[in-house]
Amino acid sequence: MRSRWGSVLRTPVGVSAAALLAAVLLLAVLAPLVWSAEADAIDTGSILRGSSAEHWMGTDNLGRDIFARVMVATRLSVVLALVATSIGVLAGLVLGTAPLVLGARAGRIVTAAVNIAVAFPGLLLALFFAVIFGVGATGALLAIGFAIAPGFARLTQTLVARVAGLDFVAAARLAGVGRARLIVRHILPNIGEPLMVNATIAAGNTLLAFAGLSFLGLGVQPPAYDWGRLLGDGLGGIYIHPAAALAPGVAVVVAGLAFNLFGEAMAKGIGRQTAAVPVRRWRRPAATPVQRVPGPDAVLAVEGLRVSFPGPVTPVRGVGFTVRRGEAVGIVGESGSGKTLTALAIARLIEEPGEVSADRLEFLGKDLRTGSGPALRRLLGTSLAMVFQDPTTSFNPTRRMGRQLAEVAEVHQGLGRRPALARAVDRLRAVRIPAAERRARQFPHEFSGGMRQRAMIGMGLMGTPALIVADEPTTALDVTVQKQVLRLLERIRADDSVAILLISHDIAVVREVCDRVLVMYAGRIVEELPAADMHRLARHPYTRALLAAVPDMTTDRDRPLAAIPGRPADPTRLPVGCAFAPRCPLADEQCVREDPPLVADVLGHRVACWHADLVVGEPR
Amino acid sequence: MSELSFEDVTVRFGRLTAVDGVNLTVPDGTVVGLVGESGSGKSTLARAAVGLIRPSGGRILLDGRPLPRKTRPLQMVFQDPYSSLDPRMTVGDSVAEAIPRGAAAGRTARRAEVTRLLELVDLPPDRAGLYPVQLSGGQRQRVALARALAGRPEVIIADEITSALDVSIQGTVLNLVRDLQRRLRLSMLFISHNLAVVRYVSDIIAVMYLGRIVECGPADDVLLDPQHPYTRELLAAIPGTDAPVEAAVADTEPADPHHPPAGCRFHPRCPIGPLVHPDRRACLEIEPVAAGHRNGAACHFAADIVVRTDRHQPV
Repeated sequence: MRSRWGSVLRTPVGVSAAALLAAVLLLAVLAPLVWSAEADAIDTGSILRGSSAEHWMGTDNLGRDIFARVMVATRLSVVLALVATSIGVLAGLVLGTAPLVLGARAGRIVTAAVNIAVAFPGLLLALFFAVIFGVGATGALLAIGFAIAPGFARLTQTLVARVAGLDFVAAARLAGVGRARLIVRHILPNIGEPLMVNATIAAGNTLLAFAGLSFLGLGVQPPAYDWGRLLGDGLGGIYIHPAAALAPGVAVVVAGLAFNLFGEAMAKGIGRQTAAVPVRRWRRPAATPVQRVPGPDAVLAVEGLRVSFPGPVTPVRGVGFTVRRGEAVGIVGESGSGKTLTALAIARLIEEPGEVSADRLEFLGKDLRTGSGPALRRLLGTSLAMVFQDPTTSFNPTRRMGRQLAEVAEVHQGLGRRPALARAVDRLRAVRIPAAERRARQFPHEFSGGMRQRAMIGMGLMGTPALIVADEPTTALDVTVQKQVLRLLERIRADDSVAILLISHDIAVVREVCDRVLVMYAGRIVEELPAADMHRLARHPYTRALLAAVPDMTTDRDRPLAAIPGRPADPTRLPVGCAFAPRCPLADEQCVREDPPLVADVLGHRVACWHADLVVGEPR
Repeated sequence: MSELSFEDVTVRFGRLTAVDGVNLTVPDGTVVGLVGESGSGKSTLARAAVGLIRPSGGRILLDGRPLPRKTRPLQMVFQDPYSSLDPRMTVGDSVAEAIPRGAAAGRTARRAEVTRLLELVDLPPDRAGLYPVQLSGGQRQRVALARALAGRPEVIIADEITSALDVSIQGTVLNLVRDLQRRLRLSMLFISHNLAVVRYVSDIIAVMYLGRIVECGPADDVLLDPQHPYTRELLAAIPGTDAPVEAAVADTEPADPHHPPAGCRFHPRCPIGPLVHPDRRACLEIEPVAAGHRNGAACHFAADIVVRTDRHQPV
């Protein structure tokens, strides 16, 4: 929190805005003490004079020094702006939180009233209130305050609605926290920052509005004076000596700018949530694993794949594996293990500022690292299918399903509109969508989650895919639907010998579908082993702990589950040695010092652990 | 004694009936696992129990009496520990806030109580001064548990408390929940979509489908000898189980809670229903009742299952 305010002050705009604002506020405090006498000194000998050494900005119609008067007026102008803003913010907060305090029914009336008030132009409201409250400083104060209140009320309502829906508010209510305390302790602190930004900007605007009202004669009345009045007085003689009008004008602009700039700088600083975290560079494993030559039936060959982001963070640190024709390979790992980024890198979906590098990245024998020409795009478009976790966001909600699928065939296979649509319907049927012709005319929201996911797979089948990369394809689905989707993937694989790369946090899902499993931890593959015999063959302590920590339908209910101490590795601060060492029961000095290489045994089972030989037997 | 019971509880949101006449009892000191797919009304039932939602009908009773308003004998732990803790409050303050006024008077007494609660959930007491951002998902879920325990509840409602956590963390949280439940002899309604997790913690399992409880019984009974075809489908859907699937219902869609089907709500997906046996008209027209069936299975042909579908039996 404090660091975020600090980051506001570190930008050039932030620093200048803060300095300007501080100067204005300082002037508001000090100016009347310094210049009061001079500002009120009537000198009939020098009326309406121009600039001179004695009076920098000339004198007014009673011979008073205009520069001194502009300086003294700072206090009244700024105080009026701040008070009016406070009135507006307070009224806005009361109206904005009212729905929460009053309950649903009364709340709806307040909300409706605020919505109507928002529709009126602010100046109109201000003039309306000025008539009601009477001409004068107090009237203008209330008028402007209440004129900006609806906007704040609307903002507060929106922010409150967002926070009030979060579980911690529900939890506080369950704990017996009253409504008033709920607002003060839980809601306001969580909406404070955007409100403060808006209030600061509003203060700038209020300053201008006040100057406007005073200029029109609706604001501050003589003998008191603010910048608006000075401007109004000076304007009459603008052709004779312009300084009298320009000086208060400049003051209004500078002060308004100070508030607005500071608000903008705050908004920018607070909007930027994450600051870059300094990281230690990771060291490459001492022994580079032997370069394996992919066989002729390899669909995908990856070697030394790295994905990095500025910071610098390298969430994928040298991943290598091959996928053969018709083979199902699974990648398991926790959040932050780099499994999704690996998939995205293969499909060339990592966008700037992310950076992908690899010693080898071949899909169907073509090098994916070089070139981005239409031939490569077509190859990826027709031979590689991607299925994402959230089927709701994978489709364009405004277009019919059939057309979205047909587009693939139109772009990549050059099919006409009609044949493309026919193929889309055929593919929807292939992924077992009932009444495919009718469904093709529907929009994504008319499909259920499971059906959307099947349509997504159908979209991948529009070409003749050699590989389907499925990133958590069933995580958002219910178990029964998950089963359907997994069955579908298996059938496609069997029918057309399509290879599948299945990424999941759920070992059980991966084990059901895949032949081989790659276990990822902190951006590296720590073990590669056959899926069927995982329990018996797992040698890496992480794989074994993972298998034991997840309950299945045969877990002994009378014994506690195995626990993995510590927390998942943070890709921004990885240790020098083995990333799992801080959580590993077998870790010793070597593990802390050196990152173990991924080495293969005779059966092709790979493991990256200095102590893989210590581990034998079932993991529980 | 603390027995939570739902009597004919119904919750409506406009035209949607999320929970429809649910009868369920959480006996003293036991864990009732509630499973069902998204949209089945599990979370709505939980929120109704703790009073976050007002039921449209029926009663929720604790030991046969309506829930008291002053004390809070029911507490809830939420799914997402990232949104269930106030990011602007230290975890100590979050826990302290939930301590009833009468329980600990004075600053030192409250601080001691916070320390006790954090130790109860295996967190070092010096974490009290930290903000939620500084904790991992598993640690946050522990804080959420400590906060729920602060009110000295008799019943805890746990709504999908492990599904937002990383797999390596889930185990420790489940261990803790089980351990606390046994030590404090809490009654607990444990909601999850994951049957393996529910199986691990529950004594009784209730299965919910489209707002109704379709089967409820001792955990082993329900899992080893399920009576309702939906329970069987859930069991067969667990990855790793290989059960042959009735082709007529293999790729059927989950029902839409906004338009529940007439008759038995499960009939459009049922492997022993009218899609497979065209002569079973009753499923289309008459709502099955729980009474008279083992585990209160709401199915016209519940008794049929063992004979009819022996080959589906997962081993």
